[in-house]
Amino acid sequence: MEFIMAIVIGVLFMAAVYLILSRSLLRVILGTGLLSHGAHLLILTMGGLGGTSPPVLADGVTDYADPLPQALILTAIVISFGVTAFMIVLFYRAYGEHKTDNMNLMKGNDEHD
Amino acid sequence: MEFVWLIFLPILAAIIVPFLYKSVKNVHTGWFVLIVPVALFLYYIRFVKSVLNGEVHISELPWIPSYDISFTAYIDGLSILFSLLITGIGSLVVLYSIFYLDKKREKLNNFYVYLLMFMTAMLGIVQSDNVISLYLFWELTSISSFLLIGYWFTKDRSRFGALKSMMITVFGGLMMLGGFVLLSIMGDSYSIRELIANAPSFIDHNYFTLAIILILLGAFTKSAQFPFYIWLPDAMEAPTPVSAYLHSATMVKAGLYLVARFTPVFASSEVWIWLVTGIGLLTLFWGSFFAVKQTDLKAILAFSTVSQLGLIMSLFGASAVAYHVSGENAAIFKVAAFAGIFHLINHAMFKGSLFMVAGIVDHETGTRDIRKLGGLMSIMPISFTVAFIGSMSMAGLPPFGGFLSKELFLTSMLSLNQFDLFNFNTWGILFPVIAWIASVFTFVYSFYFVFKTFGGKRAHNAIPKEPKEAPIGMLLSPVILAITVVAIFFIPNMVAKAFVKPAVVAMQTGLYTNPSDVDIHVSAWHGWQPELQMTLGIIVVGLVLFATMSCWQKIYRVQPEKLSLNTLYNGMMTFSEKGMNRLSRLYMTGLLRSYLMYMFISIVAITIIALFMQDAFKVDFSSFAPVNAYGLMTAIILIISVIMVIVAKTRLAAIIALGGVGYSVALFFVIYKAPDLALTQLVIETVSVALFLLAFRYLPEVKRHGETKGIRVGNFLIAAAVGITVTLVALSAHSQKLIPSISQYYKDTVFTEAAGGNIVNVILVDYRGFDTLFEIAVLAIAAIGVYSMIKLRLSRKEKSDESE
Amino acid sequence: MKANDVILQTATKVVFFIIFLFSIHIFFAGHFAPGGGFVGGLLTTAAIVLLLLAFDLKTVQEALPFNFMIVVAVGLLLALGMAAGSFIFNVPFFTHTFGDFYLPLFGLTSLHTAMIFDAGVYLVVVGSTITMIQSIGGDS
Repeated sequence: MEFIMAIVIGVLFMAAVYLILSRSLLRVILGTGLLSHGAHLLILTMGGLGGTSPPVLADGVTDYADPLPQALILTAIVISFGVTAFMIVLFYRAYGEHKTDNMNLMKGNDEHD
Repeated sequence: MEFVWLIFLPILAAIIVPFLYKSVKNVHTGWFVLIVPVALFLYYIRFVKSVLNGEVHISELPWIPSYDISFTAYIDGLSILFSLLITGIGSLVVLYSIFYLDKKREKLNNFYVYLLMFMTAMLGIVQSDNVISLYLFWELTSISSFLLIGYWFTKDRSRFGALKSMMITVFGGLMMLGGFVLLSIMGDSYSIRELIANAPSFIDHNYFTLAIILILLGAFTKSAQFPFYIWLPDAMEAPTPVSAYLHSATMVKAGLYLVARFTPVFASSEVWIWLVTGIGLLTLFWGSFFAVKQTDLKAILAFSTVSQLGLIMSLFGASAVAYHVSGENAAIFKVAAFAGIFHLINHAMFKGSLFMVAGIVDHETGTRDIRKLGGLMSIMPISFTVAFIGSMSMAGLPPFGGFLSKELFLTSMLSLNQFDLFNFNTWGILFPVIAWIASVFTFVYSFYFVFKTFGGKRAHNAIPKEPKEAPIGMLLSPVILAITVVAIFFIPNMVAKAFVKPAVVAMQTGLYTNPSDVDIHVSAWHGWQPELQMTLGIIVVGLVLFATMSCWQKIYRVQPEKLSLNTLYNGMMTFSEKGMNRLSRLYMTGLLRSYLMYMFISIVAITIIALFMQDAFKVDFSSFAPVNAYGLMTAIILIISVIMVIVAKTRLAAIIALGGVGYSVALFFVIYKAPDLALTQLVIETVSVALFLLAFRYLPEVKRHGETKGIRVGNFLIAAAVGITVTLVALSAHSQKLIPSISQYYKDTVFTEAAGGNIVNVILVDYRGFDTLFEIAVLAIAAIGVYSMIKLRLSRKEKSDESE
Repeated sequence: MKANDVILQTATKVVFFIIFLFSIHIFFAGHFAPGGGFVGGLLTTAAIVLLLLAFDLKTVQEALPFNFMIVVAVGLLLALGMAAGSFIFNVPFFTHTFGDFYLPLFGLTSLHTAMIFDAGVYLVVVGSTITMIQSIGGDS
């Protein structure tokens, strides 16, 4: 299963990077969303996918899933939500000011050095 | 009492200055500030008695004990002399500034804060026994000098001068730090006293000469030696009290202090003697020669300061010779150190008073241009008297203090001819010759300064203001200094006993044990000696040159502007600015894509190289969990959703596909036994989709903006490289566990230690609560960011509407 | 956002309280069962988002008249105050404690200072997300 997960993560990262490199600001934001999903799954896979029971104490259970990656991911999920919201607003404000979402037109010009 | 704290007294006092300035409007802030240097002066003067008996005082304040770095105040003859100069001249300068700076028009709070900051820095330099804290204070003087030169920051020249002095002195400071580091490695200590004690053990070290050169770079830049002096004339844009204080009496002497302090360490080196004496003498000549060219009163004084600093520097260099001789001849070589210190005191006195007079002339006439001035003698008699005393002392005429130290200087220079090491018997004759020529020019510019300003006829129309004598308060400080200048001539041996001899002992450790061992007696008349003949020659030739000045001043035009050191400096500055600009333009395209490409390519390269180097490609298939049908299905759904995100033509489709990816990830969390994550991911995904929908009402459709096929293929290749790298990292990281996971500890202790059942939540709130605390802080910051980006814009628009 | 869907609005009035109560349950259950401040906070947010979808922004603001920035501040203070409170008892920063107490109505209850911290997390999550949504939705 780890092997399949590794490929899924690779696909997520690849798609994310591809989107981030494109010229449309909207696609850049979509890319960052995919990137955070990829990162979460990467952390989970690194910790190992074994474990037959969730990391919640229960009688007679010893084979818990690894709780540490889960704790890290939980914070990461919430943070990535905050970052995504911030980026959406940044995008929306930039679009409102410049009337374009073309990254090539949004670069600083020489007067602003 | 721990007197190390007193170093920080001025900077602590600086904290209350702005409040005093704001609250007490009708009293000049300077009166409050004046208390600080006066109190310190009175405190330090109590040390003089014990120091002249050869005692030293140490007071320590730990700073970084683990690195053996501390603030150590060490008071011996040298540091007490400098401390008294700093606080004494400081008091007079503050008094003078009260009348010089108008309390209504000037920003006095800034001025006095900088000045007090400088006072702390300077006291720190001269009292520090630790080279690291010395360096710290050293740079602090550069910074406060920068701030003070740029005090009238609306003037272009001020900003230029401030930057120039900063660039040059900080460059020197950094070099000096390098020298200190080398020295402390060789001598195995940061303490100057210990370095001096250990010096014999490392004089043959390979880096000894390098350390000398680096430390001298620091001293030469600070003390405005050739070719670094160019910052000092431009520093004259500072208010005159600052010029009198920093740029003639104290800060520029920090370099001299450094040379004096490290003489016992480096005296054995031939490089040291040649460099210090040679550069000093060259500076002496160069400064005096070009002083005559200047037309600005303060510029004349600046060049004369450069020249006088060179004089003292050359004496300090010559004083190292005393370490190489013994026997009966030795006595004559010991004069140099004494002469250097003595002249240092004299110079602080007469140059301080001259600067103050220049300030008075500027203040009362509105110009410092010597071509417009003249005939002020009858209008400003007191100022003229002070200027006359100062100038004559500078020219080395009796009955003023400068005469005595000038005679001793000539004695030392003549003696170098008799030194038979390091090729001095071949080249030694040059020293008295250059010294004599430079002294002639010193004589000329001293006369030039005083008689072109006060003598001659008054040019009526040229002066912007109707000149009058300055108020008594403003004259007080220069008059006190002028009286000292005369007094030194009549009681030279008392001054020598109290200040000079203890300083000489501190400077030449190893040669003396007690200040009373310094066997030098100063007298105005010492027979028909070569020194006196040289002085007479100086007076005769100097008078002739001064009388015929208008004829030969033309020679200064021979030097083309392009060949000056200033042009070199400006060229270097422009070159580095333009060059760096061009260099950064090469890769700073302003396009997000370029920057991200640099990052992604570096990530791939670094990771792949690291994987190869560490031989981390081993994949351990045996530890893999079995393939799970649900997992496989979710993976397929996820990949399809990802592809949909990429190919989506409308923004709505893209958002829904992104939501699909998110829900698939949530499913993965369910499959891999992570209920908390699954719950969180589900809710977050819902909320994010709502958020996207809210914002996307205003947003454009997904467009490609004419990306060519080449760009897309390039993007795809980079993306594929990143994807493959991450896949490899995922496999490798799973198979290689270098250290055991801490998870087992959490599992074992979650109930006993933290009284919880849900391990994930207990990690969040208990084991790693600190992380969570910062994480919610980040979330709050993101919320504030979103809020302000939307709301603050509205308020700004409203404001601009109002103003229209 | 204009919405006049009667069915959605009627259903929301009921469902909102179900989700909200569930979020409170999840929050309190967090120490022993899946849940906690993050999930609880997000579920509360989800309930409010549902309200926003069914009604419009103004109605929701009138129904819930908090400044959510202040909720964020209160949450941060609570979390930091709990962590810093350890100093009063002369124990390291962030030391938690727990014990069983007999409370009227509840009977024997296990109380934990981590719960206070988690409440801070809950408040920050609710406050931040709602602030974001309100800012974006409220802009025109």
